[in-house]
Amino acid sequence: MPAITETRDAVESLGQSTYKWGFETDIEMDLAPKGLNEDTIRLISRRKEEPEWLLDWRLKAFQAWQAMTEPGWAKVRHPPIDFQDAHYYAAPKKKAGPKSLEEVDPELLRTYEKLGIPLHEQAMLAGVEVPEGEEARPPVAVDAVFDSVSVVTTFRETLAKAGVIFCPISEAVRDHPDLVRRYLGSVVPVSDNFYAALNSAVFTDGSFVYVPRGVRCPMELSTYFRINARNTGQFERTLIVVEDGASVSYLEGCTAPMRDENQLHAAVVELVAMDDASIKYSTVQNWYPGDENGRGGIYNFVTKRGACRGARSKISWTQVETGSAITWKYPSCILQGDGAVGEFYSVAVTNNHQQADTGTKMIHLGRNTRSTIIAKTISAGQSDSTYRGLVRMMPKASGARNFTQCDSLLIGDRCGAHTVPYIESRNMTAKVEHEATTSKISEDQLFYCRQRGLSEEDAVGLIVNGFCKDVLKELPMEFAVEAQKLLQISLEGSVG
Amino acid sequence: MNALAPAGVSAAAFLDRYAARAGTNPSRDRAADMLRRTGLPRSGVEAWKYTSLRALGDVPFATAPATPDDAAVRAVLAEAGQVVGLDPDMRRAVFVNGRFDPSLSSLPDGVSVGRFQASDADADGDVASALNAILAEDGLVLRVAPGADAGRLLLLSIGVAEGTPISFHPRHRIELGQGAALSVLDLSVGRGAYLNNPVFDIAVGDGARLGHAKMQAEAPAAQHLAVVHAEIGAGGLYDSFTLTLGAALARHEVHVRLAAPGAVVHVNGAQLLDDRQHADLTSVITHAAPDCNSRQTVKNVLSGHARGVFQGKILVERVAQKTDGYQMNQALLLSDAAEIDAKPELEIYADDVRCSHGATVGALDPDQLFYLRSRGVAEHEARAMLVKAFLHDAVDLIGDEVLRATLDRAVESWWNRKDA
Repeated sequence: MPAITETRDAVESLGQSTYKWGFETDIEMDLAPKGLNEDTIRLISRRKEEPEWLLDWRLKAFQAWQAMTEPGWAKVRHPPIDFQDAHYYAAPKKKAGPKSLEEVDPELLRTYEKLGIPLHEQAMLAGVEVPEGEEARPPVAVDAVFDSVSVVTTFRETLAKAGVIFCPISEAVRDHPDLVRRYLGSVVPVSDNFYAALNSAVFTDGSFVYVPRGVRCPMELSTYFRINARNTGQFERTLIVVEDGASVSYLEGCTAPMRDENQLHAAVVELVAMDDASIKYSTVQNWYPGDENGRGGIYNFVTKRGACRGARSKISWTQVETGSAITWKYPSCILQGDGAVGEFYSVAVTNNHQQADTGTKMIHLGRNTRSTIIAKTISAGQSDSTYRGLVRMMPKASGARNFTQCDSLLIGDRCGAHTVPYIESRNMTAKVEHEATTSKISEDQLFYCRQRGLSEEDAVGLIVNGFCKDVLKELPMEFAVEAQKLLQISLEGSVG
Repeated sequence: MNALAPAGVSAAAFLDRYAARAGTNPSRDRAADMLRRTGLPRSGVEAWKYTSLRALGDVPFATAPATPDDAAVRAVLAEAGQVVGLDPDMRRAVFVNGRFDPSLSSLPDGVSVGRFQASDADADGDVASALNAILAEDGLVLRVAPGADAGRLLLLSIGVAEGTPISFHPRHRIELGQGAALSVLDLSVGRGAYLNNPVFDIAVGDGARLGHAKMQAEAPAAQHLAVVHAEIGAGGLYDSFTLTLGAALARHEVHVRLAAPGAVVHVNGAQLLDDRQHADLTSVITHAAPDCNSRQTVKNVLSGHARGVFQGKILVERVAQKTDGYQMNQALLLSDAAEIDAKPELEIYADDVRCSHGATVGALDPDQLFYLRSRGVAEHEARAMLVKAFLHDAVDLIGDEVLRATLDRAVESWWNRKDA
């Protein structure tokens, strides 16, 4: 049973430490002064050498944000956030702007090496790092975002040959202004919600992907987010546009150092899929969750939304949420095109004092649109985990179809697991099915595994992996392995 | 969490009527304060997400006149008897425009009945109860002695409004002693434009069994805003069913607390709506003790421009290990303009539980229709068979066979009338 050996090894190698990504990189930073006002926004815009229209857009968002109040409906508790007590711009001081990997600050490269993010194209291509007996993995193009800026984007030339644009969004604003201007904010408008408005006002970097008509993106694209600086918030913005008949698979990972204070991460992700286009967006969210007493950790308040604009377009969200002190996140699909498909596969694990309120929205507008929701929630320690989802069938969504399955697993008697689905149908031919269960790990299953010599922790890991299988199998291979390990680590110390 | 709740609809018309008795009862004053502060909810408040009481704020409801139109009352009564086929021998407590009518009532033996005491009123924090608390005048107080079987009782509400819209707010209290038993057929009918706002305070003692089959068949222009607060003792059973047929705007809200081990509750129901009817079934079932069991099956059949709402919450507290909870909502949309909004919710803080819920929404299955049609069954008959079968599954869950048969007949006659 290699999977078990692997998970066990992973845990053993970690010893007692639970969060191996908690180190801090000592690097010279360029910080904006603390506080949030129009000057801050002008400063960000100036630093990024942005055109006038984008500054106006930001200021409009800021105005909208000032008139809004923080949403209170989610099942999470936290002390009020002082939005004036953070830096809204933090960038590693750069020399002249690196053209290639050799010019990137070696300290930064070491950071990503420690995180296990492959930034060396050559090494990867030659397959040098592949241990004996293992197959060489297909290359993955990476955009590495360090605090407020993108440090490096790999494989850009290979992608350019295929016609795919993959670059930091700040660069896209300069090089492809028409595309950015046309799509930015078209899925998540500036005044969509409190955190989206905040992001629109102060977003600093993120990734931009454009796949032209008929192109199948030759490799997986990936963004790796790292919060490093103290007292900063991270506000990245991702925009992915896929034209008729094109497709892309996109991976997103994130970590942060261990700190006693809470840091805010408020990202916005917008996806646009035209006729017959397909986007697969996978996330392994592993922000620092705080210590076992609930001190510190990232507040992860994220707006992710995809628009299936074209007929038969498809957007698939897969997420493994193990990190963050608080998660507030609802990757959604707006199914506009006839026959469009939306999918949401989620595993959310909370332990210690973590809180997660996550789920999805499937808005069916077009005829014969289909959506599938599979959400697995695991609560341990004193954590609270909520699935909150909306399925809405609009009057024109004839023949639309939804299937939702939410399962919760409780480990220990001090945690909570909640399911809050909203089902709204205004079309008689639309069909909605929802089912949800909540249970604990059965004594029988545990006994069966223990009897065969597995420790209790391994047995729980095995059962949890089985519980999540429907979701994990949707992940790209590299991520699936990583996710399995993460699950085990996140639940460490929750049994016995 | 969010102190800035959306401003509600003004409850001024109701509060004005309360002004005369203000200061006589602290709990009523608290309710009045709450209404003054929050107003009547419009959609936007989470508990009222899909139902707005805006329509209530627009109508200056008056207190019902002291003597109702006798002929109208008898006409409504006769009509109700025809539709449901009421057993004339069944003991009954009849309320006309919210006031107890002894001449129409015949109470069972061995049951002590009292009138509503103002000291009973308590708002419990929900708006419909608060509205009731400030304006409640009359109500049934029914106590069944330990071990006694009080048989069946018809609780009949007749609303009769001529011209001026009126509102009435009966407050009923039903208490079953240890091992006692009672079945209540709770029927509301009427004519004209009125608001019926009944609140039930129910206590089911250890090992006691209360059947509560409600049939809401109010007048088409009426509004109905009911709340049930029930607490179930060890091994007790509260078997409830709510059939919603009438009223332009209706909400039936149930708060059940399973307070001791082995308590069981059924919160079942069916909605049959047409035209522009809006009906809301909201329930909160709290498992506050180990080894309790809750069952909920709710079915909606929606035609015309009707809108059905189901909000069901099962809350399992930390102590409530070995909870068994089940919740099912199924909606059948029979027209293009009908709408269903469902929110089945699980909130669970104990780990050794078995809780599940399901929800489905759709039209009649074309395959099933085809099957019947291919065997020579006429289309409208085939549809009737399928709809009735769909509803029968829910009505069949009523434990008391007489109440079950009565509601089955009501469903049958509703469909026939619609079909005609």
